[in-house]
Amino acid sequence: MAPGTDALVHARGLTKRFGSFVAVDGIDFEVRRGEVFGFLGPNGAGKTSTMRMVGCVSPASGGELRILGLDPAADGPQIRSRIGVVPQEDNLDTELSVWDNFILYGRYFGLPRPLLRERAEELLEFARLTERRDDRVDPLSGGMKRRLTIARSLINDPEMVLLDEPTTGLDPQARHLLWDRLYGLKRRGVTLILTTHYMDEAEQLCDRLVVMDEGRIVDEGSPRQLIERHVTAEVVELRFADHELQEKALPVADEVAVRHEALADRLLLYTDDGDATRAALADRGIDAVTELTRRATLEDVFLALTGRTLDE
Amino acid sequence: MSALVTRALERELLVYVRTWRGYAFSSLVQPLLFLGAMGIGLGGLVEQGAGGLEYVAFVTPGLLAASALMTAGAESLWPVMGGVKWMGQFNSMVATAMTPGDVYGGLVLAAAARALVSAVAFLAVAAPLGGTTSWWAPLAVVPPVLLAATTCAVLAAFSVAQQDDQKFPLVMRLGIIPLFLFSGTFFPIDQLPDALEAGVWLSPLWHAVEPARDLTTGSPGPGTLLHLLVLVGITAAALPVGVRNFTRRLTP
Repeated sequence: MAPGTDALVHARGLTKRFGSFVAVDGIDFEVRRGEVFGFLGPNGAGKTSTMRMVGCVSPASGGELRILGLDPAADGPQIRSRIGVVPQEDNLDTELSVWDNFILYGRYFGLPRPLLRERAEELLEFARLTERRDDRVDPLSGGMKRRLTIARSLINDPEMVLLDEPTTGLDPQARHLLWDRLYGLKRRGVTLILTTHYMDEAEQLCDRLVVMDEGRIVDEGSPRQLIERHVTAEVVELRFADHELQEKALPVADEVAVRHEALADRLLLYTDDGDATRAALADRGIDAVTELTRRATLEDVFLALTGRTLDE
Repeated sequence: MSALVTRALERELLVYVRTWRGYAFSSLVQPLLFLGAMGIGLGGLVEQGAGGLEYVAFVTPGLLAASALMTAGAESLWPVMGGVKWMGQFNSMVATAMTPGDVYGGLVLAAAARALVSAVAFLAVAAPLGGTTSWWAPLAVVPPVLLAATTCAVLAAFSVAQQDDQKFPLVMRLGIIPLFLFSGTFFPIDQLPDALEAGVWLSPLWHAVEPARDLTTGSPGPGTLLHLLVLVGITAAALPVGVRNFTRRLTP
């Protein structure tokens, strides 16, 4: 055992099988105290299975896993008492009030009511739900329910919070409000582990992340490191009137760019200087319907690593 | 199961208190409607009574136990699927210090607690109508409480292992309803064909109706205790299966 003293999660060869299906295929990672650590990958990459093992609600099928220095197989309840969990589905008691949901959830940790009342007041504020305190959960908006689920996960004052797809299904405004709340947690020194298939979310929030695909970790680093390692600084995106025109542009692509990716609906040119690339394209008479230069993102990293886009 | 099983009970009771109107109908008003229709309406026609008792006194312990079976039965089917699948609250419960066994144990305790409330209320209404004839009657809440726990222990263990609610109506129609009708609830079991009369031993409801009737109309004897022990035995056999099934489903 003997994981580093500052590692809150330590995994070596961690594996999860369901029958003959291998959901998580021998992954190694470490999460350090105070950081925001992300699992980025498409649906079915094994992110949720990994989170459930870390949350001690799914036994590992193989490998080594230590959480807060403890063994999930032996100390599940003790570990769970010290972490917060925000599952993909909100799982709230919708027929109860916002307030009841806080108190009840706190009771599941064996905490006394006076302490819970105090914390629930603070968390109502944190979730910006003070006005809805006595309302039933059922009619609340998706964003409010999500904030409530996140706030509820803090009722036991956890050292680490696991967030599985925290903003999936929310509108942009609700997402930004949630991100703001998560930054707040980070500032308070809470370690966050999140899964996402949104590259912008991973880039905004994560100090460090691993890219997962088909149960394996394909690379790890900070968003910036990953981008520098696998792709160029800029990307020129071209859309053509039809597929034939895109095919015609392919031979030129590698002359004007470091590398290219041909997707079904567009051509991506990786380059260190977008303007120069576009000028070179114009010289060679390549005429796209739309043409734009953008910063490289984690989406491009994923594409370079797996040959697929995140939403495929 | 850990000490936190009481916290799972707390959840069930909180939901019960917050949504009591729905429960009040199914677990109290309904048995009282039956008592009015069968005990008083039909009973008026049954001049010879049943089992040596006025009909209303015969049917009161039957309804007392049978409504515990009906209520606990329904509560251990769809709400369990809701907790593990449709709404997922059980999943959020096992993400805390609680275990799957605590969630299950809480359901069993809650079924017993709700049955206690319903049984007290039902007896309080039935007694002045001639439904009880013995000073032992207050103790007749014990059989329905135990039966509710047994029913929940067995059915919740079954429900949690299902992928959907497809089989639930069958459980009600082919399991609960026949038990409801043929367990000495509305007529003495010696009215049944001989072959079926022996089969009544297999009915958990009968093991609650008989001791309840001893207590509302006479006094407890060794038979009373034996029936209750059968219920305890079924519950004790179901509990490990339930803990295993809840653990498999909630922490796969």
